[in-house]
Amino acid sequence: MSIAAYIAVMAIVTYLIRMLPFAFFRKKIKSKFIKSMLYYVPYAVLSAMTIPAIFYSTGNFVTAAVGTIVALALAYYNKPLIVVALAAAGTALIIGMFF
Amino acid sequence: MDKNTKIKSDFLQGAADGIPIALGYLSVSFGFGIVAVSSGLSVMEAFLISLTNLTSAGQAQGVNIIAAQGTLLEMALVQFIINIRYALMALSLSQKLDKSFTLPRRLLAAYGITDEIFAVCSTKQGLLKPQYMYGIIAVSTLGWTAGTFAGAAAGEILPSQITAALGIVLYGMFLAIIIPPAKKEKGILAVILIAAALSFIAKYLLPDMPGGFVMIICALIAAVTCALIFPKEDDEQ
Repeated sequence: MSIAAYIAVMAIVTYLIRMLPFAFFRKKIKSKFIKSMLYYVPYAVLSAMTIPAIFYSTGNFVTAAVGTIVALALAYYNKPLIVVALAAAGTALIIGMFF
Repeated sequence: MDKNTKIKSDFLQGAADGIPIALGYLSVSFGFGIVAVSSGLSVMEAFLISLTNLTSAGQAQGVNIIAAQGTLLEMALVQFIINIRYALMALSLSQKLDKSFTLPRRLLAAYGITDEIFAVCSTKQGLLKPQYMYGIIAVSTLGWTAGTFAGAAAGEILPSQITAALGIVLYGMFLAIIIPPAKKEKGILAVILIAAALSFIAKYLLPDMPGGFVMIICALIAAVTCALIFPKEDDEQ
């Protein structure tokens, strides 16, 4: 099988999944339940993606756990995205020198 | 402000919001580039996959299928399952598009619906402008493809301690997105805790399920539960 064919299949399937609902769904949803659900979906998705994956993200549970605590604390005090993200990585790097 | 200046500033605002995403993508796609080349792909092929797919889990699994010489049907099904979450995100975003979002613009911007771009766009105040999405997508795509290229071309330039630590960048960004609103709204706090608990349990009870699939099920259960218990009263979103 040519690699170009694999890449084409990956690209087309992935694009159609994104494009069909985005381009062709034009109605404003009226149902309070559906609207509430869609409102909560992004938070649910991000939470499910982060936990427990964040604890495996550095290949070392200790560095990841300390990085997570630092990120949680900074996020709690409304620090900008990039500050929280890089502080977590910096913490993991420094802790990694000891563990 | 005249119309052109406004459009430009929307694009620039999107581009600025794309910078943390692009930085996170650099480290993840750098890793993808290394893996792709070690699985037998050329630098150009790795780059092309990142440019046309713009997704992490689907690409990583796609490279495995190519390396194992799987069938195209397997490739299509695996991509469908791992990436079906984007359909839900696209549907959610379709509810807050500005009226200047015509069909050709929707066809274009749909390319860039990723977890991170969705997160930023869906939690942004007000309606989404096409130029804002173009800005965030352009900068993010630059980070994703440049990181892939660098990882594939140069192999492991960075010491492994640094690439390992960079693995936490995107998750840190996710926490920075979800924690502040959780302090203000019980419903958001609840949906975050339920989704995290389900995902945690699923990780150990269903270790063989594809990650993208597990994630969307946990997220749906949590969102449905909170929609029933904490319905949104008005149209503040």
